[in-house]
Amino acid sequence: MKKRTKIGLILVLVALIVALTSWYLRRHMVAVLQPAGEVGHKERNLIAFSAALSVLVIVPVFVLLGMFAWKYRESNVHAKYSPELEGSNLAETIWWLIPTALIGIIAVITWRSSYAMDPFKRLDTNKQTLHVQVVALDWKWLFIYPDQKVASVNEAAVPVGTPVDFELTSDTVMTSFWAPQLGGQMYAMPGMNTHLNLEAGKVGNYRGVAANVSGKGFAGMNFTVKAVGQADFTKWMQTAKHSTGKLTSSSYAQLARPSQNVRPSYYGTIDPALYDTIVMNYMMPSGTQTNAEGSV
Amino acid sequence: MFGQFANAFLGRLSWHAFPQDAITRGGASAIVFGGFAIVALITLTHRWKWLWKEWLTSQDPKRIGVMYIIVSVVMLLRGLGDVALMRAQQATSAGNSHGILDANHFQQIFSAHGTIMIFFVAMGFLFGLINLVLPLQLGARDVAFPFLNATSFWLFFGGMALINLSLVIGDFSAAGWLAYPPLSELKFSPTTGVDYWIWSLEISGVGSLLSGINFLVTILKMRAPGMTLMKMPMFAWSVMGSMTLVAFAFPILTVTLTLLALDRTIGTHFFTAGGGGNAMMYVNLIWAWGHPEVYILILPAFGIFSEVVPTFSRKPLFGYASMVWAIWAIVVLSFTVWLHHFFTMGAGADVNAFFGIMTAVIAVPTGVKIFNWLFTMYRGRIRFATPMLWFMGFTVMFTIGGVAGVLMSVPAIDYQVHNSLFLVAHFHMMIISGVLFGYFAGLSYWFPKIFGFRLHEGLGKLAFWCWSIGFMLAFTPLYILGLMGATRRLDHYDASLGWQPLFIVAGIGVIFVLLGVGAQVLQLVLSIWQRDQRRDLTGDPWGGRTLEWSVPSPAPEYNFTTLPVVTARDQFWVDKRAGKTVEARYEDILLPKNTGMGLVIGVFAFLVGFGMIWHMYWLAVVALLGIMISVVVRACDNEPEHILRATEVEKMDNALRRRKQYV
Repeated sequence: MKKRTKIGLILVLVALIVALTSWYLRRHMVAVLQPAGEVGHKERNLIAFSAALSVLVIVPVFVLLGMFAWKYRESNVHAKYSPELEGSNLAETIWWLIPTALIGIIAVITWRSSYAMDPFKRLDTNKQTLHVQVVALDWKWLFIYPDQKVASVNEAAVPVGTPVDFELTSDTVMTSFWAPQLGGQMYAMPGMNTHLNLEAGKVGNYRGVAANVSGKGFAGMNFTVKAVGQADFTKWMQTAKHSTGKLTSSSYAQLARPSQNVRPSYYGTIDPALYDTIVMNYMMPSGTQTNAEGSV
Repeated sequence: MFGQFANAFLGRLSWHAFPQDAITRGGASAIVFGGFAIVALITLTHRWKWLWKEWLTSQDPKRIGVMYIIVSVVMLLRGLGDVALMRAQQATSAGNSHGILDANHFQQIFSAHGTIMIFFVAMGFLFGLINLVLPLQLGARDVAFPFLNATSFWLFFGGMALINLSLVIGDFSAAGWLAYPPLSELKFSPTTGVDYWIWSLEISGVGSLLSGINFLVTILKMRAPGMTLMKMPMFAWSVMGSMTLVAFAFPILTVTLTLLALDRTIGTHFFTAGGGGNAMMYVNLIWAWGHPEVYILILPAFGIFSEVVPTFSRKPLFGYASMVWAIWAIVVLSFTVWLHHFFTMGAGADVNAFFGIMTAVIAVPTGVKIFNWLFTMYRGRIRFATPMLWFMGFTVMFTIGGVAGVLMSVPAIDYQVHNSLFLVAHFHMMIISGVLFGYFAGLSYWFPKIFGFRLHEGLGKLAFWCWSIGFMLAFTPLYILGLMGATRRLDHYDASLGWQPLFIVAGIGVIFVLLGVGAQVLQLVLSIWQRDQRRDLTGDPWGGRTLEWSVPSPAPEYNFTTLPVVTARDQFWVDKRAGKTVEARYEDILLPKNTGMGLVIGVFAFLVGFGMIWHMYWLAVVALLGIMISVVVRACDNEPEHILRATEVEKMDNALRRRKQYV
C-alpha cells in the first residue's frame, strides 16, 4: 500500500468513528453532561473547565512526541544528533514550573469548589428545604418524608425549584446514592448519617442508582426521582397519604428483608422516629438493640 | 460421633464445596486437567530431576525472576479470561435478557479479575523483572538475601495456588477486589469466598514485604565499587522508590487483612456494621496501602522507560537528577492521597480539599518525567524497536488517563464520576499503559540478556498494535458510559438506557486485546523455535548503556567474572565509546547453594491458608509449626553457600565467549 492511501484510509476511519459516535450521542442521554439541576450544572461546568485546561497538557505532549519521533528517526541522517546532551537547567525548570502553575489553578478550583459544593451544605436559596430521609436496604431504597409523614420505596417526588436535603443511612451494607442528572453521590452507611443536597431545575423523571456494589441484587437497586410542579407534588403526597401501607417497626422489618427489582410502593402512615432508630441500632453493642421506645 | 470428628477434621469442607454450574466447572476442569497435563509432560520427558535442581530449588535471582514471570503470564491469561466473561455478560445482559452469568457469579469474576491482575500479574511481573535485572544493573552477583528471595517467590506462589483453588473447591469473594466491609463480613458473605481472598493476599503479601526489604538492602549495600547513588541506573532508582513504598505500605495491608480475618473467624467487631465496628476504618486502611500500591507498580515501569528511551534514542537520559527527585516526590506524595478513593464518604470540605489538592500535585513530578523522556528523544537517533513502541503507546494513553485522573481529583467532580465506568476507564488506562506496557517493554528489552536470544520483532509489533487498538476500543466507550450514569460492576441494565452498543464495542476491544496476547504467545513460541538464528552473541543486542549489557547473554549464574568498577553513570556506554575492554581475570566466587526450603515454606504457608479458610484449625496450626521448624532448620545450616572455583568460572566464561567465533 502506498503511504498516501494508508493515510487516506486512516482519515476515513477516524471520520467514520467521529460520525458514528456523535450520531450515537445525539440519540442517548449523557446524564452527567445533561444535568437537570443546579448542582449537576455546576459539576458539569467544572468538568468542562478542567477538561479545557487539560488540553494545555495533552496538546504539547502529543505534538512533541509526534514531532521528535518523526524528526529524529534513525533513517533521517540529516537531523542533528547530540549524543552527549544530558539535560538543560532552563528546560527542566520550565517543565517543573508550568505543570506546577496548572496544578496551582486546579488547586484553587478544588479548594473553592470543595467548600462551595459541599454536599452536606444546604443549598443557598431563600426557599424552604424539603427534608427526605433515605435508607438503603437489600436491594431497594426507602424514602421517608418526616415532615409530610409519608414514605415510599424506590421513588421520590420532589418539587421543582425546591432545595432537597437527602439524609442518608443504610440498614444493610454500605452503598452509594447517586442521581446523575441531579448531581453528585454520597455513601449510605450503616450506623452513619450523611447528607446530599440537591435541587431539580426542571420537571422530569430522573434515574437514580446504587453506585456501590452491595450484593446480588445490586444491579436492580434503582430509584426514580420525580421532579414535579408544586401542584403535582401535592397530588403525589395525597396519593401516598391515602395508600394503606403503614410503616411500623414490624412492617419495616418485613420491608428490610432482601428482595430484588422492587416496584415503587407507598406508606400513608409512618413512625416518625424510625430513621433515628435505624441509625442508632448500630450504635448499641450487638444483642442489646433498642426497643420501640428507644431505651436499651 | 463420626459427624463431630468429621467437623473437627474437615471443618467446613464437604462435597457441596465442589463446583455445581457449567462455567465454574469448566474453569475448575481447566485447572485440574492443566495441572495433570503438566505433571504428565514432566514425567514423560523425565524432567523432574532437572526441574528440581535447575529451577525449584534455585537461588539464582534470574531463575527466580523467570519463574515469577511464568506464573504472572499464566495468571494474566486467567485474568483476561475473567474479562472476556464479564464483557460477554455486559454485552448481552440488557432488558429482558440476563446474559450468561448470574449476579453472584459475575461478582465473583470481577473480584477475582481485580485481585489476580494486581497481586498475581502486576506484582509477580514486577518482582520477576527486578530479579532479572537489578543485580546485573548494580554490578552485583546476587541479591542481599538469596534464600529470603526464594522464600518470597514461594509465598507468592502459595497465594496464587490458593486463589486458583477457589475455582475448584468452594467459591471466591463476591465483594469486589478490595472486599469492603460490611459486605465482606461474615453476615453478608458467609461462604469461604472472602476467606480465600484474605488468605491468598495475606500469604503473597508477606512475600512482597520480604522482597521489598530484600531489594532495598540490595540497592543500598550491594552496588559495584564506585557506583554512588547518583551513578545508579534509573531503573534501580525506581525500584528503590517502589520498594520503599512496599516496606511502608504492605504492613498496613497485612494488618488490615488480619483484622478482617479476626472479624470473620473469632467474631471481633473491627469493621462490622454493628457491635461498635467501623467499616469505614477498613476503607481508610485498605487505601492507605492501596494508593501507594499503584505507585509500587508504576515507578519501576517508569524506570524501565528510563532505560529504554535512552538506549533506543542513543542518548543519555535527559535530566537525570530531575528524574530522581521526581521519583522521590512521588514516593512521599503517594502516602498523602489515599482519601481520593472515597471523597463520597462524607468527610468535610477541609479533608476533601486537602486530599484533592495533594492528588493533583502528584501529577507534577509525573509530568516532569514525561517531558524528560520526550527530550531524551530530542536530537537522538531513534530506533522504533518493540520496547520503544510500548513507550510511545504509554505516553499517549497515560497522558489521557492522567488528565482524567486530575479531573477526578477535584472532589466536586468526583461526586459525579465516582464508582462509575469513567473511573474504571481511568484506572485501567493508568495501570495497563503505565504498568503493563512498561513491563512488556522491559521484558522484550531484557529478554535476550536472560535467555540468550531475541524475541521476534514483527510479532512483538503486531502485539503492540493489537493491544493499543483493543485498549482504546475497550475503554473509550467506558468513559462515555460513565458519563451516561453507568456504574461499575453492573451485571444487568435497562435496555431503554441504550448502553448496549457501547458495551458491545468494549467487548470487541477485548477481542483485539486477546489477539494481542495471542501474538505474544506466538512470538514466544516462534522465538524459542528459531532461537539458534536469534542468538545474541555480543551480549549487547541493543547498544545498551548500563552494566547488564557488559556480560555475555544469557547472563551466567555468577553475573560478573570480576566485579566492575564504576566511574560514570552509563558506565558500559562510556567504556564502549572509549574503546575500553576489560581484561579477563578469574576469581573464586561464593554462590548460594540450592535449597528446597523456600518451596517447603511456601507449601506450609499454603496449608495455613487452606486450614484457616476451611476452619481446619489443626491443619493451620500444624502447618504454622512446619514453617517455624523449616526456618529453624534452615538457620542451622552452617554452609548455605558453595565456592565456584576460578578455573570453573574461566571454563564457563570461555564457553560463553567462544560461541562468537562459531557463527
